[in-house]
Amino acid sequence: MTDALVFPARRIVRRGLVLIVLGLLGLVLVYVLALRFTPTERFQGLPQKIFYVHVPAAWCALLAFSLVGIASILYLWLRDPRLDLFAESAAEVGLVFSVVMLTTGPLWGKPVWNTWWTWDARLTFTLILFFLFVGYRALRGAIQDPGERARFSAVVGILGLVLVPFVHLTVYLFRTLHPQPIVLKPSAPSLPWEMLRTLLSSLGVFTVLLLGFLLTRYGLAAEARLAGGDDAR
Amino acid sequence: MAEFLRVALAVAGKDVRVELRSKTALVSAIAFAALVLVIFNFARDAAAVSREMLAPSVLWITFSFSGVIALNRSFSLERENAALDGLLLAPVSRSALFLGKYLANLAFVFSVETVALPLFVLFFGVDLSGSLGGIILTAILATTGFVAVGTVFAAMTARTRFAELMLPLLVLPFLLPPVISAVQVTARLLAGRPLSEIAGWLRILGFYDLVFVTLCLLLFPPLMDE
Repeated sequence: MTDALVFPARRIVRRGLVLIVLGLLGLVLVYVLALRFTPTERFQGLPQKIFYVHVPAAWCALLAFSLVGIASILYLWLRDPRLDLFAESAAEVGLVFSVVMLTTGPLWGKPVWNTWWTWDARLTFTLILFFLFVGYRALRGAIQDPGERARFSAVVGILGLVLVPFVHLTVYLFRTLHPQPIVLKPSAPSLPWEMLRTLLSSLGVFTVLLLGFLLTRYGLAAEARLAGGDDAR
Repeated sequence: MAEFLRVALAVAGKDVRVELRSKTALVSAIAFAALVLVIFNFARDAAAVSREMLAPSVLWITFSFSGVIALNRSFSLERENAALDGLLLAPVSRSALFLGKYLANLAFVFSVETVALPLFVLFFGVDLSGSLGGIILTAILATTGFVAVGTVFAAMTARTRFAELMLPLLVLPFLLPPVISAVQVTARLLAGRPLSEIAGWLRILGFYDLVFVTLCLLLFPPLMDE
């Protein structure tokens, strides 16, 4: 393909890298803010600080997975290979954030709930989501033809997006019918201002990181596809 | 519409005939279901867990695993001699092709379940006299939805490397809502609970079927269009 197409790909990678650097700097600030300038929660103590990493990671994972679903719908409609590349990048970035979510979760759960894992609705739901996209990633890896790969994974992306509310509904009913003798995730309707401030800053920083990873991954994939002459329809 | 159904029935009829002439896959799938039941009986601490307590889970694990195993067969068959390309070249609606493959898969999975259910009663000593109708209805509702999704995935994975591994990896997350609902319904039916307690779960199953069968009919044509 032409240089005119390779150069925008490089520019996208550069912009992504700038965002990642900004995001990492922001992450340092969030750590300082969370550890130094935010009060420690009275009952949970220091482990509660994981909150400021866990919730933004979960937010980014869900956002990335929704982007996969939307890009998949648009791909089947418009058949633009860039949408397929975007879905691929979003799925991988989403997997990274869900690994952060699924590792920080038990680290927080052990001291606070006294268990690494519990079949709480939200935990089950996010775990299934994670597996759904492990399957998505594995399928992409197992198909060589780019056009076929794009169509197949778009169908998986759409079916996955539709499955999400069903999984949510059934695991939620399952839990409420079988209440468990464990302190479930405390919802925080009235978070003190200092904590809310830290959470919102962390959400912002994580979203910048998400965008940075997404742009970099997308740019690199576009560059590789153009360089390899691997021309998807 | 009549043409659509005629094509679907022709495809389904072809698959059923192929199956009835060799019977290898059907017999193997039934034997697989029976083996899962046997393994389950020994995969519990007989002193701590009674067979009745485990019965609903055993039934649904057996049904869903045999279902997934059975689905692998439907498109791997079409790969031989590029039979799938032949089907796709036919000037007929792709949705009708899907419906045909789907109906054949349903017939296959239902046949396995029809044999597995009496075996389950025999091995696990469950009394189904009051709940047989309800369990059959639940089996129909739960199977209808996941076989539709499974048929679409089987069409994809037949063209990939590691098809036998890829299909369960993709289908199992989709089995979660039907399996949760079906186990809840079965447990209540076996305990002789009133209908009002299971109506909600049956509605979820019905809605799942409606959504996914429609979606699969819509998504199969773009999936196969090269």
